Amino acid sequence: MKKAKHRTNRIDVIETLSLSELTVFCGTNADWVFTLVEHGVVAPIARSAPEWEFTPSHIARARKAARLMRDLGLNVAGVALVLDLIDERDALTRKLALLEASDM
Amino acid sequence: MTDEAHYQALGIPTDASADDIKRAYRQMARKYHPDVNTSAEADAKFKAAGAAYDVLSNPEKRAAYDRFGRDWDQPRPDPVQDAQWQGGFAFDERDVNPDMFREFFGQRFGTGGRGQDQHARIEVALEEAITGGRRTLQLQVPEIDGSGRITLKTKVIELAIPKGILPGQQLRLQGQGGEGGDLFVEIAFKPHPIYRVDGRDLHVTLPITPWEAALGGTVRMPTPTGPVDLKVPADARQGQKLRLRGKGMPAAQKGDLFAELHIVNPPKMSPKARALYKQLAKAQPFNPRANLGV
Repeated sequence: MKKAKHRTNRIDVIETLSLSELTVFCGTNADWVFTLVEHGVVAPIARSAPEWEFTPSHIARARKAARLMRDLGLNVAGVALVLDLIDERDALTRKLALLEASDM
Repeated sequence: MTDEAHYQALGIPTDASADDIKRAYRQMARKYHPDVNTSAEADAKFKAAGAAYDVLSNPEKRAAYDRFGRDWDQPRPDPVQDAQWQGGFAFDERDVNPDMFREFFGQRFGTGGRGQDQHARIEVALEEAITGGRRTLQLQVPEIDGSGRITLKTKVIELAIPKGILPGQQLRLQGQGGEGGDLFVEIAFKPHPIYRVDGRDLHVTLPITPWEAALGGTVRMPTPTGPVDLKVPADARQGQKLRLRGKGMPAAQKGDLFAELHIVNPPKMSPKARALYKQLAKAQPFNPRANLGV
């Protein structure tokens, strides 16, 4: 059937990004991504860099790292610490909410 | 002094020194950065602090602001204002560099050279991501009118959220960006009162009684698609994780649902239960403090 309007939205879901796609996506370069991987901020699937693929949660984490580094003037070690502490804080907040709920 | 909003945004007096302004801005940025602080007012405060710092950190702009107040830049063309327009969108100001998206997606999808790609971020509820859903986006797009002036136009876009979408995933809407470019929407999940999302897996903390933990058996547990029976093994431990295969996110490759057991005592024991506990104390010798040396 022919579609009446061309405006019908075509939606693609982006599943993974390669190393070069991630660098452009975060507005950085491969060295920056290597450093993120070295610090364990993000972890690619596959062993060697040419075949690296990054999953959505790692793409989001890399973008978050890029924003925090840009906005707060952090280096990679600093942003790695911040992201770990945020994860830890979120886990503790959840645990606390749970304990408070079961105390009632 | 006609307007002090920028000083208030940074929490500083109007005679603050340049160093005070820088220090106050850095403190506000750390405290209210939307990636750090998820409270409702953080985003607005972070942006207000950024706008304030933009003006107050520049001696010329600060002098103009002190003199003319909020309209300090109205009559004069301002290079900074112009620079902001080159971004081509005003939806999520956290992504201040939309050029990188054009570059990136131009490269990936071969759309380079036409239009202006735009970038947005929406929060969806877990349930919406599991079943799929619809969303109406209102996007502010700058357009050049017949007389060459730039005006902000509100564009309404109907967005179908695909079933099984995961946090951090990007949706690409062809031709919905500025001037025929693409629109990219990053999916974030709203915090859920019951489930925590980790990739395609879901985690839930499941409270059980001490006797359920000791005896094992079947307990009811929630899943996003309705409650199910969970088999708890006998002698279950506090914090033990049980996996329900395929009960996580309904992505192409289904995720799992993990139940973490959390042993909860009844708030008040009945006299009969108390008596049974006394029997239990005699029948089951156990010192959980052995490795504390007591």
